[in-house]
Amino acid sequence: MKRIIKITFMILATTLFLASCVKDLNTVPIDPNEMISTNVYTSAAGYKQVLAKLYAGLAVSGQFGPAGNADISGIDEGFGEYLRGYWYHQELPTDEAVIGWNDQTIKNFHSQTWGSGDIFIAAMYYRVFFQITQCNEFIRECSDTKLNEHGISDADRVEIAKFLTEARFLRALSYFHALDLFGNVPFVTEFDPVGKFFPLQIKRDGLYSYVESELKAIEPTITAARQNEYGRADQGAVWSLLATLYLNASVYIGQDKYTDCITYCNKIIAAGYTIEPEYSKLFLADNHNNPEIIFTINFDGLKTQTWGGTTFIIHAAVGGSMVPADFGIGGGWGGTRTTSAMVNKFNLLLDKRAMFWTDGQSLEINDIGTFTDGYAITKFKNVTSTGVAGQDPTFVDTDFPVFRLADVYLMYAEAVIRGGGGGDAGTALDYVNAIRTRAYGNSGGNITPAELTADFILDERCRELYWEGHRRTDLIRYGKFSTSTYVWPWKGGVPEGISTQSFYNLFPLPSSDVSANANLTQNPGY
Amino acid sequence: MKKRVLWLRFLFLLIAFAFASVIYAQEGTVSGQVTDAADGSSLPGVTVVVKNTILGTVTDVNGSYTVKVKPGEVLVFSYVGYQSQEKAYGGEKTINVALAAGVSLQEVVVIGYGSVKKSDATGSVTAIDKKSFNQGMIASPQQLIIGKIPGVQVTTLGGAPGGDAVIRIRGGSSLNASNDPLIVIDGVPVDNTSTAGARGSLSMLNPDDIDTYTVLKDASATAIYGSRASNGVILITTKKGAPGEKVLGLEYSGNISVATVPRSISVLGADEFRSLIKQRYPGDEAVLGLLDTVHSTDWQKEIFRSAISTDHNFALTGAISTMPYRVSVGYIYQDGILQTDNMQRTSIGLNLNPTLFKDYLKVNVNAKYIYEKNHFADNGAIGGAIAFDPTKPVTADNKFGGYWAWLQAGDSVPVDQATTNPVALLNLKQDNSKVNRFLGNLQLDYKLHFFPDLRAVLNLGIDYSKSKGTVYVPEYATWVFQNKGTDNTYSQKKNNQVLDFYLNYVKDVKSIKSRFDVMAGYSWQHFYFEANDLRSNVPHDSAHTSDRTQKREYFLISFYGRLNYTLANRYLLTFTLRDDGSSKFSKSTRWGIFPSVALAWKISDEAFLRNSKVVSQLKLRFGWGETGQQDVLDWWYPYLATYTASDQYAMYQFGNVFYTTLRANAYDAGLKWETTATTNFGLDFGFYNDRITGSIDYYMRKTYDMLCYVPVPAGTNLSNYVWTNIGDMKNNGWEFNLGLKPIVTKDWRWDLNFNATTNKNEITRITINDDPNYAGIPVGGISGGVGNTVQIQSVGYPMYSFYVYQQVYDANDKPIEGLYVDRNGDGKISEADLYRYKSANPTSTYGVSTTLSYKKISLSAAGHAAVGNYVYNNISSNRGVYSNLFRPEGPYLSNVTSDVYDVNFETNQYLSDYYVQNASYFKLDYLTIAYNFGNLIKNTANLRLSFTVNNVFTITNYKGLDPEVNLGSTVGIYNNMYPRSRVFVLGVNLLF
Repeated sequence: MKRIIKITFMILATTLFLASCVKDLNTVPIDPNEMISTNVYTSAAGYKQVLAKLYAGLAVSGQFGPAGNADISGIDEGFGEYLRGYWYHQELPTDEAVIGWNDQTIKNFHSQTWGSGDIFIAAMYYRVFFQITQCNEFIRECSDTKLNEHGISDADRVEIAKFLTEARFLRALSYFHALDLFGNVPFVTEFDPVGKFFPLQIKRDGLYSYVESELKAIEPTITAARQNEYGRADQGAVWSLLATLYLNASVYIGQDKYTDCITYCNKIIAAGYTIEPEYSKLFLADNHNNPEIIFTINFDGLKTQTWGGTTFIIHAAVGGSMVPADFGIGGGWGGTRTTSAMVNKFNLLLDKRAMFWTDGQSLEINDIGTFTDGYAITKFKNVTSTGVAGQDPTFVDTDFPVFRLADVYLMYAEAVIRGGGGGDAGTALDYVNAIRTRAYGNSGGNITPAELTADFILDERCRELYWEGHRRTDLIRYGKFSTSTYVWPWKGGVPEGISTQSFYNLFPLPSSDVSANANLTQNPGY
Repeated sequence: MKKRVLWLRFLFLLIAFAFASVIYAQEGTVSGQVTDAADGSSLPGVTVVVKNTILGTVTDVNGSYTVKVKPGEVLVFSYVGYQSQEKAYGGEKTINVALAAGVSLQEVVVIGYGSVKKSDATGSVTAIDKKSFNQGMIASPQQLIIGKIPGVQVTTLGGAPGGDAVIRIRGGSSLNASNDPLIVIDGVPVDNTSTAGARGSLSMLNPDDIDTYTVLKDASATAIYGSRASNGVILITTKKGAPGEKVLGLEYSGNISVATVPRSISVLGADEFRSLIKQRYPGDEAVLGLLDTVHSTDWQKEIFRSAISTDHNFALTGAISTMPYRVSVGYIYQDGILQTDNMQRTSIGLNLNPTLFKDYLKVNVNAKYIYEKNHFADNGAIGGAIAFDPTKPVTADNKFGGYWAWLQAGDSVPVDQATTNPVALLNLKQDNSKVNRFLGNLQLDYKLHFFPDLRAVLNLGIDYSKSKGTVYVPEYATWVFQNKGTDNTYSQKKNNQVLDFYLNYVKDVKSIKSRFDVMAGYSWQHFYFEANDLRSNVPHDSAHTSDRTQKREYFLISFYGRLNYTLANRYLLTFTLRDDGSSKFSKSTRWGIFPSVALAWKISDEAFLRNSKVVSQLKLRFGWGETGQQDVLDWWYPYLATYTASDQYAMYQFGNVFYTTLRANAYDAGLKWETTATTNFGLDFGFYNDRITGSIDYYMRKTYDMLCYVPVPAGTNLSNYVWTNIGDMKNNGWEFNLGLKPIVTKDWRWDLNFNATTNKNEITRITINDDPNYAGIPVGGISGGVGNTVQIQSVGYPMYSFYVYQQVYDANDKPIEGLYVDRNGDGKISEADLYRYKSANPTSTYGVSTTLSYKKISLSAAGHAAVGNYVYNNISSNRGVYSNLFRPEGPYLSNVTSDVYDVNFETNQYLSDYYVQNASYFKLDYLTIAYNFGNLIKNTANLRLSFTVNNVFTITNYKGLDPEVNLGSTVGIYNNMYPRSRVFVLGVNLLF
């Protein structure tokens, strides 16, 4: 009997002890840099740090600069940076750029031979959806229910309401990129959870409507044009994106929206942006606060470091006999150049925008892998307007202009030429000539009303906006991206260039997502 | 807090029992000699103990013993490799015994939470002891068992000091989660992730202190370890003092060794390089001007050396009264063959295993401490030596430390993209570390006074490490010139604790010829990690200084039980059950139940075989069980919605202010256990008095709900890759083990062991959808370009299958540059033409070891082989092309490998299957000749001298340097691996 009591006692004691230990399994992060949402969203300041990530998602590749703790996986982290990916997709498949490296399938961009397993395409796609899901998460946390849960003060709520409009803008921007690059993509909003489900695929026209409605919904409440902190989106950014959307509506939904395009161009132009007198200053280390630039992606050599972004754009362009120090960098990466098709659009003697490096470079490209084949480009630099090198020789200070007034002028002119209402040809000509006057330093390059044609605008956009991430969209709008109406060196993978199939106008959905999501149908041709 | 109180409570309870009285007994003395039944030769080292006590002794070199014993007591004579005998003491003065060779019925193997007689083991369990360990220069515990155990593949990471290695049991059951087996040292499951600044994951254990290795392979053996057992369990016991030993024994073993570089990679010599440049760039002054016409440097000779190492181990061992003890001190000084590479490690070991209260309480105290000091050589020098222009001198009169370097025009700024002078890399970088690591446990095994059939066992263990390191590179070094040097400090602390408590009840019920052995227990484990990284440049300016601390922890809690049921001493049943909870999973998914069942039939104990002269053992085994996996690597909160703050280099600017950003991290709230079900059939056999022994096993393993880090549907989570339960995989194979004693005479003895393993691995599911068009997850990153991969995880194929283009060859069998087979016939070469070509993992592996001894001289050797493993030769694919000769982006020149002439490629063809080469091999791991001088002084000072060559030779058709490539995270990609050296070792063993 005694024995049984003793055993029972031991068993009881043990059970109690064990039960208390099981609670140890409820852990929360103890790392000073890791936290759970209730510790994040305690005030407007906490919200602002998350908002800062929504912007930083366009600039850096992870939570450690220049690399580390990556935002997306399955790809070299530097390739997964938003702007670098966007630049690859918009510039490399066109007459504006070739790249000489042996990185995976990178040469397939220029030859237009990519497939659905392409890692760079997957990186861009997942980068876009990284932004979208991060925005969705933030937007959820801005709901009244959540604000009440977090006990946010009324004063903070005013500020958070502004943040919310910007998060919706950034989501619309990424959805616009998805619409433009991929067309038909999975569609998720703040009403979808984080977890296991198969998002439905939205058609390109449906996504167009969504982006349009979102931008119009935030237009009245987002901070007025030119009134927000530098780097944050305002009405000017919303209008610019709407104008771009409408200009390309014929591609996206098969309908012309040139009148709407002009409406929004007019709003921007009326907001007080001015043309920077010196073209080259737009792309230098001190280009922040430039009066021409409407929206930027910000970089800083010391505090916003990445292997993508403008650090990539500037380093990759330097090689051959170029002196790295002239570009404010320690050494070039010897990768990107341009084709003769682009060079030949310029008056090389008079147009100041013809920023080519020709010493030791050949105009024609014999071998894409050789840096000295093809003219190099000196447009972006990590030096200030007074010639001082940026803060760091590896990571650059130069901000990237996403939207700027010259682009808006050209959109206005093109929309007018294409028959949009609300504008006039005379004003269009003035706008174009304003740009050309800056380019030539005088009116010598100005054009006549007769010369103001749609094709002229396409070429002028190339001259004005090359390497700024517009070219692929522009060529598609003009029906010249694939097909035989326009070929350039190495288009289709041959030196003289050949026609390619029109399905390349859309990039494929990555095969990994088509496999993961049963609701997705691959774009035609892939 | 509560836990601590209870630990104390248990201790108190046990100390209270310590006041019970100790009973003394009157004794007589008996002596005698123990001989080998086969040839009558004397057997030294035989343990002689009084049954059911710890009193006893060991026979001396002549096989003689003297022991105190009381009439009526029984003496037990046991010796490894021989059948034990028992003799009752009836007052006689002399008892002589002849032992027969064979597996002793008393031979015991450790299993999870206990031990069993080897003959009663039901699972696939392989034990090897110190006599069978590999010999020579052994710096890590893993090296002791390379090639020794079927189904266990041990691969050193390379030839760096410390000898760290990867262990894979039955091929590995996980795709992305850890494939490392669980390692339990003296009952403490240890953390075998790498420790910052340390050379090896198991470096806390001096190989010389290890007594036995027991490998649990099938689920019926491992399932008792549940959550951490999917990749097998390795139980290591360390040497201990033995009851009845003399009060003080002294052992010394030591060696001095020279490591040499067996081969270097064939690159162009200076003259060959000059003439090739001249031939390819005739008249091109921009290129020819970069050539140095005078110098010639063999850069590989400059960075490698013959390296001398020493290893000393002292141990004091014996028994003071009823307390056997062992204290050991080891010191190893090892230079790497890469210049400046060095490791020094001091280790201290302590084992105490007293028995108290007439056997009622067994105490086991184990403590290991190491202090390791390292200087790490920059392994980048290995690739640098292959690529550096051979026409350049090592030194130069410049401001970059006096090392020749590629400079931009003006000679004041180095060329960023150019190869770094490898000698500068070795000499200018000061990368030092200091590691303290402690592993200790206290085990109390108490047989209840009031209920002696029941034992209570409490085990408290701790695995603690603290390390610190610094990396300093002066401002003038070319590769850190832009940022003004490097001055980093890092530190790391790991503290893992374990508490195990179990009850064990053993009852023989003679009436039904049954024996019950029931065990039930509880385990609590806590893993804590803390690290700090202070990075700066030499001037320590704030813009280049960052300081980041990481902390994380997780818990594992388990309840487990086992029933061993034996009927008629022939029919064995084992049933185990473990319920595991992990803090890595949410409340609703964190518990997982892992059962197992095993049956064994000792056929040789049946009446029809019991007296067989041929069959000495025959046992049939069957086991089935499930084990779990929760090790999602460094992700310790994968189910929680968390935010990560950016560091100071990834901030974002609004206005004039830079903000630290907060990112929402991806998570799977429903994450749960990965499960592996294993079925195992086995047959153990012994013939002719165990002159022939062995086993055959067949296993099938299916892993499901695999923890994979995979792309999830875009838009559903906060990143594109998430740890989630997806995918299935299977492994199956045969294991065969054979031990032969072809010659056993008085003077001659020959042992031969052979093992073979086959493994077939196949991924059976990897997506939610089973989309047949999905190629798979690219893996296997290579050097060259950025982000290139050559392997893939695809359904229907083995892990790490190569994913490449099929090369087209010309009439002379030379590969045609850029021409591949259009496998899908669509008229173009695109990603659709990539195909899965072979796998990095071998289809079969073999191990062989042998010892031949004649009187006092012995010769032993061991080797291992792998068949069907393929290696991607990344050195050739990256360096063996002409476009490397001149790089305009510097501009600079660089060397190419000599095999450029085999392919004549202008530019890199990274994805050609030409570079995927059959790397089947046989390696002779060591060859030892030893002489035992016997006792130098009367009855003591036994001396043994040995000479060993490690890594004697390799037989392979593989064209690269070394066919054996497994770094754990990458498999089968050969790229600038630290070469495995050939080592010549002179060893001394002294026993007092």
